[in-house]
Order: sequence, then C-alpha cells, then structure tokens
Amino acid sequence: MRILKLQKKDLFPLLKVISREAELWAPTAKGDKFAYGRVLDFSRIAMDAVRTIIPPKKIMVPSLFNMFNFTEKGYQEDLSHVTDRILFGIHPCDIHGLLILDKLFSQAYLDPYYLEPRKKTLILGLSCLPDAYCFCKSTHTDIIEEGYDLFFTDLESYFLVWIGSSRGDDLIRLAPDFFDDKLTEKDIQTYTKWQEKRDNAFKTTVNFTRMPDLMELNYKAPFWEEVGAACLACGSCSMVCPTCNCYNVVDKLFLGNKPGKRLRHWDSCTLPEYSEVAGGENFREHKSQRLKLWYTHKLQAYVSKYGKPSCVGCGRCLVTCPVQIHVKSVADALEGHPVEAFWKKFAQEVSK
Amino acid sequence: MNGEHKCLAETNPFTPHPARIVRSYHLTKDVKFFQVRFVDMEEALRFDYKPGQFAMLSILGAGEAPFCISSTPSRPGLLEFCIRKMGTVTSALFELKENSFIGLRGPYGNGFPVEEMRDKDILIIEGGMGVAPLRSVLLYSLDNRDQFGRVAVLYGSKRPSEMIFSEEYFALKGRNDLECHLAVDADDTGKWTENIGVVTTLFRHLKKVDPENTFALVCGPPVMYKFVIKELIKLNIPKDQILMTLERRMKCGVGKCGHCAIDYIYTCLDGPVFNYWDVLHMRELI
Repeated sequence: MRILKLQKKDLFPLLKVISREAELWAPTAKGDKFAYGRVLDFSRIAMDAVRTIIPPKKIMVPSLFNMFNFTEKGYQEDLSHVTDRILFGIHPCDIHGLLILDKLFSQAYLDPYYLEPRKKTLILGLSCLPDAYCFCKSTHTDIIEEGYDLFFTDLESYFLVWIGSSRGDDLIRLAPDFFDDKLTEKDIQTYTKWQEKRDNAFKTTVNFTRMPDLMELNYKAPFWEEVGAACLACGSCSMVCPTCNCYNVVDKLFLGNKPGKRLRHWDSCTLPEYSEVAGGENFREHKSQRLKLWYTHKLQAYVSKYGKPSCVGCGRCLVTCPVQIHVKSVADALEGHPVEAFWKKFAQEVSK
Repeated sequence: MNGEHKCLAETNPFTPHPARIVRSYHLTKDVKFFQVRFVDMEEALRFDYKPGQFAMLSILGAGEAPFCISSTPSRPGLLEFCIRKMGTVTSALFELKENSFIGLRGPYGNGFPVEEMRDKDILIIEGGMGVAPLRSVLLYSLDNRDQFGRVAVLYGSKRPSEMIFSEEYFALKGRNDLECHLAVDADDTGKWTENIGVVTTLFRHLKKVDPENTFALVCGPPVMYKFVIKELIKLNIPKDQILMTLERRMKCGVGKCGHCAIDYIYTCLDGPVFNYWDVLHMRELI
C-alpha cells in the first residue's frame, strides 16, 4: 500500500480538483449535530464531526426511494438515486458499517438499489478521536484495512494519505503535486503517538466476545420485560444504526394517468407491525420480543454467521435512544449489572 | 437511462415479470384458486421451481406479497396458487378477472428436499390452508409415483364447506396407490361421510408406518403443529424427517428486507421448509 503525505493547506485545493469528477458529500454542521450532505463550499465541511446523526447508509439507500414505476404494461425499474459520488470524512466505524451492508446486500441475490450507488461512491475516509460514546475499539472497527479508496489520518499539520484502491490511486494522479511520498522516521513516530493518544481516549467499552453466550443464557431473563416496557418502539435505534438494513415496500397510486410507484423505505424490527402477517397474526407482538430480535441479530446471530458482531461501536444508539436502551446498556444488563433502575422508571412513565 | 442500467434491469431480482391470470375460481367462500401464466415464454422456462417454494405476486397498486406455489413442476406451463382473502393484496387479487395482468417473481426459498425424499414413504398431514404448499409436493409425488414409496395423506378441515380442493381429495380416495384420510372438526351439513374430529384423530386409521423410511410433511394453522408432532414422535419418525413449511411477513423474498428473520436465518432463503430438529434448536420458529 502506498502512503503519502498531504499538507493541511492543500486539502481544499485537492478536494476542488477531485470534486470535478463527482458530487462531493461530507459531514456538515446541523444545529449542534452533524449530517452528511452534498458540499459545494468546502469551508462547510465539519472536519471535527465525531458522528453524523444518520450513518452514510442513507447515501447508498435513501430512507425513501422509488424502486419501480408501474403501469398496466408492467414494472419499470427506477435507479434514479444512483449517481457518481465522492464521500469524504467517513470514519472507520462507518466504513465497517458499509462493509457489513455490502455482505448483506450481495449475499444470495444482488440488490442493485444498494450495490449500484455503492459501486459509484468513492470512499475517502478520515481518522477521528473518540468521544465519551464511541466504543469502536471494542468492536475492532477503530482501524480500517479495506473498503476505502483513500484514507486520511489527521496528524495536526498534515495528513497521512493511505491509498486503498486503484480508484484512490487514480484520484491521487489527478493532483500528484499536492503529495509527498517521502515519509521520515519522525512521521512514523508522530503516527505512533497519535495512535497511542487515540487508544487511550476511549471511555466506553463493551466486551463483545461474551455477548453471544450471554444472549443465549439471558434469553428468558426478566430484564427483557423491563426493557420492553420502557421501549417507546419508535425505531430510532434502527434509523441511526449503520448496520440496520431492514426495509418495507409500499405501492402508491397517483391521480391522473401517471404511473404508480413502488416505494421502499427504511423499517425497524422494533416497530409493532414488523412481524405481522396477513390476517393479523403477529409473531412478535411484545416490545420485549422485538428488542430481543434486534439484539440477537447484532450481538449473537451475526456473530455465528460472520464471526463478529453486527455493531461497529459508532455510539449512535447511545446518543439517540430517548430511554437509554442501547448496545452499552443492554450489554451491561446481560453482564448482570444492576442497570434496570432507569428502565423501571421509564416503564412507569410510559404506562402512565 | 444509460446502457449499463438497461443491462441491470435483467438481473434486478425485485423486478416483477408480467403474467396473466388464466383461470380463477372459488374453492371455498374465502379461498380462491388461481392459474397464472407468464406473458414471456422465456420467463416461464426460467422459472424452474421445486415443491414447497414460493413466489412474490404483485397486484397493481395494491402491493406485493409472498405466496406458496400449489402446482407441481411436473406439470409445467401454468403456475397455480391457492389463496385466502386476508389483506390488501389478496383482496385486490380477488377482484381481478381472468386475463388480468399481475407481476410475478421467484421462485424463492428452499422447498422440500424431493431428492432426499426419493424412494422414501411420504406422510402428509395438513389442516386448512396447509394444503396450499403441500398440494405441490403431493401432486409431484403422484406424478412421479415410481420414485416414492408409500404415500399417505391426512387432511383436516373445519367444516365440509371449508374443505379446499375437496373434489381433488375425494378423487384421491379412489386411487389404490395411496392412503387418503379426510376429517372435519364438525359436520354442519349432515352429509359428511368421512371422519369427524381434528386431524390428529386420523392417525389411528393410518396403516403401519415404517418410521426410518418415512418423511412426514406438516402444514396447517399454528395450533396444529404441537399435536401433530407429538403423534409423529410417537410413531418414531426421526426429527430430521419431520418437515414443516412456515409463514412469515416478507417484503423481498431474497434476504434483504429483514422481515422474515428468525435468529440467524431468513425464512425466505433458509426456509420456508424446516425440519423438527431446526424447530427445536431455533427459538420463535413455531
């Protein structure tokens, strides 16, 4: 792998050159939070964004889009959300999230609605320092070895730029003069120090290796009822999760002689109608059953299939759930920590 | 749209292919039988299915839903579905006249392991709508009668008027190469000549079963499984030779939408046919 140096002052000029090739998307400020959006003015790029509200999955499969236009003649595929993009500022955890979605959307059958935008999106990763909610070190997603075209490690006055693909190499060739390929001993030391600093900055940890067994042992544990009672079944955890892929499909008709649309939108297994079949039979009527499905998938089932959890430690569920049901608190409960008190409280609030 | 996308349309697994309803009629008050044919002959040839697999049916404007295929691949050309009026899609489907356009894609799911079942005895236990998927494997075994050992069917309905494919099943009673026992929970007509009682009461009419050599296929309302499986275990049929086909909400049929997930499996990819061993080792299966 080639590693190059890029001075910080050269970042925007570089982005200017490469954004001629495709739409540039990056995190920008949205209130006191951050969101991915198309960027024309580079000064709007939030270089310090730890996490965006919604993970970059929204760029591949929008929260709502049209799959087919249909008339009585048949169904016409609509891939109008597919376009050439460059995604800058994506952190290792979110790249891992995309790698997990890649597996899902390409196993057995290829899903063009995800894979086409994915193929057409260049991934320009950016290093980060964890905040109090990040636990990507626990999920081993704090480093990234594949799945990016370029990766920028921020070392104060300059970036180390790792070239991860031939497409990344092509981008470098658009502006070779910005880069310096002579790395000194000092650069390596600076990088090692940065690594140490980052490794010591994590505040939240989860022991994922214990989770599959504990999920199995605790399947009938009483705390699930309490979590279930506290859960608002709002689905926010799924919306913000980089590895949640579930969706629903609805057909919509319009007035006049217009084609109908088959719309696909994000769904969550925590929503009541998720497992309901025609006739009203619901395989997961209770919130506790649905939460168990969510956590079984993330902490246990995915592990048995792919050898790692379907969680990338981004901390979004920690900052999003209004009633503190998230990977950390559920992991704590599975480990037998007495954390149910606040759930009991919420459960009482909800039942009022 | 450029050429690249056009090429993709042929491989888009979600594209419903145009098909027409060739024939449809009521089997009972709320169950209808549909014969469907692809408009494009090539698509019909590509649709190579196994008994127990399912298809996604699209009804214009109403949406898409999964339906098990009730016909057998041994009678190619037409696909048959046996559908109860339940929700939005089925209600719209019931309104459609013959020759109406529908969208069809598939086949999906694992289906019954007909290769593995070869030369084995087949015992089918079905209740109510359970005939819809099991009719496929029953007709398949009858069309390939020399490939299978004994064939026996136990079929229970609520009432005579709710018996699906009644003519077909009464005709089977006349055949001497299979056993067919029919029952209704209650007879409100006074004209029912067969057994009265739940489907499990038919086990006592069954000729001696060779358990090691038998595949038992079960499908019916959720309440039925527990009692039927108890009888099958009593007959010493091995757990991995007790097969059942399950129903789940599905939006894609190809392992993407997540709705049919159970533990680490997707009903649409790894099912809908499971054996009793799977059921014992996977929570929430039945």
